Amino acid sequence: MQDVKTESAIALQAVPEGLQAEAKGVSLRDVTKRYGSFAAVQNITLDIQAGSYTCLLGPSGCGKTTTMRMIAGHEDISAGDVYIGDTRVNDLPATQRNTAMMFQSYALFPHKTVWDNIDFGLKMRGLRIDERRRRVGEILEIVGLTQFSDRKPGQLSGGQQQRVALARALVTRPQVLMLDEPLSALDESLRVKTRGELRKLQRQFGMTFLQVTHNQDEAYSLSDQIVVMDHGRVDQVGTPVEIFSRPLSKFVASFTGDNNIFPGTITSAVQDTQGQLIQLDVPNLGTLLCQGDYAQVGTEAACCIRADLMQITSLAEAEQSVAGPVNNRVTARITAIEFTGYVTRVSLVLERGGMEVLYKARTPDWLTTSFTEGQVVVLDWAAADCVFLPH
Amino acid sequence: MSETWKAFKPYALITPQTLVFLLFLVFPIVMIGVVSFWEFNGYSMTPAFTLANYQGIFTDVTLKTYLNTFKFLGLVWVATLLIGYPVAYFLAFHVPKLEWQILLFLVCTIPFWTSNIIRMISWVPLLGREGLVNQILMGIGLTQQPLEFLLYSDFAVVLGMVHLYIIFMIAPIFNSLMRIERSLITAAEDLGASGVQIFKEVILPLSAPGIAIGSIFIVTLVMGEFVTVRLMGGGQSASVGKLIQTQIGSLQYPLAAANAIVLLAVTMLIIVSILRVLDIRKEL
Repeated sequence: MQDVKTESAIALQAVPEGLQAEAKGVSLRDVTKRYGSFAAVQNITLDIQAGSYTCLLGPSGCGKTTTMRMIAGHEDISAGDVYIGDTRVNDLPATQRNTAMMFQSYALFPHKTVWDNIDFGLKMRGLRIDERRRRVGEILEIVGLTQFSDRKPGQLSGGQQQRVALARALVTRPQVLMLDEPLSALDESLRVKTRGELRKLQRQFGMTFLQVTHNQDEAYSLSDQIVVMDHGRVDQVGTPVEIFSRPLSKFVASFTGDNNIFPGTITSAVQDTQGQLIQLDVPNLGTLLCQGDYAQVGTEAACCIRADLMQITSLAEAEQSVAGPVNNRVTARITAIEFTGYVTRVSLVLERGGMEVLYKARTPDWLTTSFTEGQVVVLDWAAADCVFLPH
Repeated sequence: MSETWKAFKPYALITPQTLVFLLFLVFPIVMIGVVSFWEFNGYSMTPAFTLANYQGIFTDVTLKTYLNTFKFLGLVWVATLLIGYPVAYFLAFHVPKLEWQILLFLVCTIPFWTSNIIRMISWVPLLGREGLVNQILMGIGLTQQPLEFLLYSDFAVVLGMVHLYIIFMIAPIFNSLMRIERSLITAAEDLGASGVQIFKEVILPLSAPGIAIGSIFIVTLVMGEFVTVRLMGGGQSASVGKLIQTQIGSLQYPLAAANAIVLLAVTMLIIVSILRVLDIRKEL
């Protein structure tokens, strides 16, 4: 960590006039990618606003990278259309799409200096030498690597390599910049710092950023829009807050946060001001109330409650306070208490049904209670916080 | 275990290898160096210190032989590189499965599956006066009489060496091509490079160490060649290796030793200059 100073130095400065790119949006219409009989990506339809920061979020093998590579032109499109701006780019080679990609392992040319790496795209495009010098010099200053321009990538730290890769992608002024897991090779503290710098750069340049990530924290902190993907399909598209607080599927609920998920059968659905108030019959547990949309009575569905939105009380206290009409109440036994710093994680097993649930409390709040492992407690949560998951 | 043994252990471990190295490499070379200064009167040699043997090298005949050897080296090097690089490139980039790569690579080693003599003899029915090639050429009317240069000529020597040594060019180039991360090529494409540009800017520089190692193999093998020269040249072709062998055959050991020392020096010089141009350290 001897050069902490140089690690952090993406300068916040006005972007030179010429570097300002003309941001374009991206649209996918029913895009499918098949490898033989296996569909890696199935019928994706998606709109990405010009100048926005979008993250494709999902576990490995969900098709997010394939989707990105199809947009960049590094993968053939089996079916459907990809538009960048108003141009259909299906048949355009990668070079002519005015996109740039930053690769997961950076893919820096090991035999070229930092300068030549960044200059590569400009040279290939046949720009005049003085124009190339000016642009490379400017971008080096922005990413704070001017004094490293003669080094080879192997002589740089991971964070510096990451910035060279970013500069190399930015310098060609792409209409869409694609980032494939740009932070995954960095260590934790550097990752958080670089995350902020990425966001800052995107705002500075006003460029369309499309990022692939499997890390929900990264997606939450960077994105204007998150696209959650699973098994080659788009599960949910929304702002970080929407994805976090109103997941629409069991997969999104389990992938994007600490949610307790209860599968069951819908027994009633009543329209109210915030959508539908839905009754779900959970096997071996009883009826839970939740809030949501598009519920069809009689069908299988689920609901979820975030681990930090439940209240925990002792049995004696709970007897004195009767649960409200739009409230859920279960009894559970504490099996483990785990202190993790700001938050204390409490694992419990439901007395009826034996399902495992997680409760999270702010550590200072938890310390005011006197619950112990093995104790039977009551968990309450409001129907309004309990999210209905249609699928 | 005692402290002294601990300190001694690494030396004990390298001792056998060092002994073999000293006994079978360093000692013979030193011996050759010593003998190269001995006197020779046509019948016997006597220990002495004379430069006469070295002076004997700088005659027209020997210099011509050196030039001829360099000619062989140049032709074989160019041919193995021009044929070997595309083969290695094809194996590395266009053969998708590892099993196929290994299988095709084994095919490249076929010249080594038979003995040198049999391999050389089998050229005769192919390249000889009445050989297959001449019959075909005459059959389709390209020539009226058989081409003489096909066998027992410098052409035949170069052909034989290329056939024999090309694997030493293919293998290191293939190895260095396989080490090129495929994402580099995608990145170059992404940055707007055409196929030719990708080759020139990315693939060629990154496979240069492989070319260097292959070239070193070719230099050492061709500079000391005498079997192929004798069999394929049919007495018409000369090389330094063959010259030394002839001298040994006529028991002119000091002269042969002096020639060997000069040949060693020349070969080392070529290798050093290759290493000056191309850095192979990252390949090792």
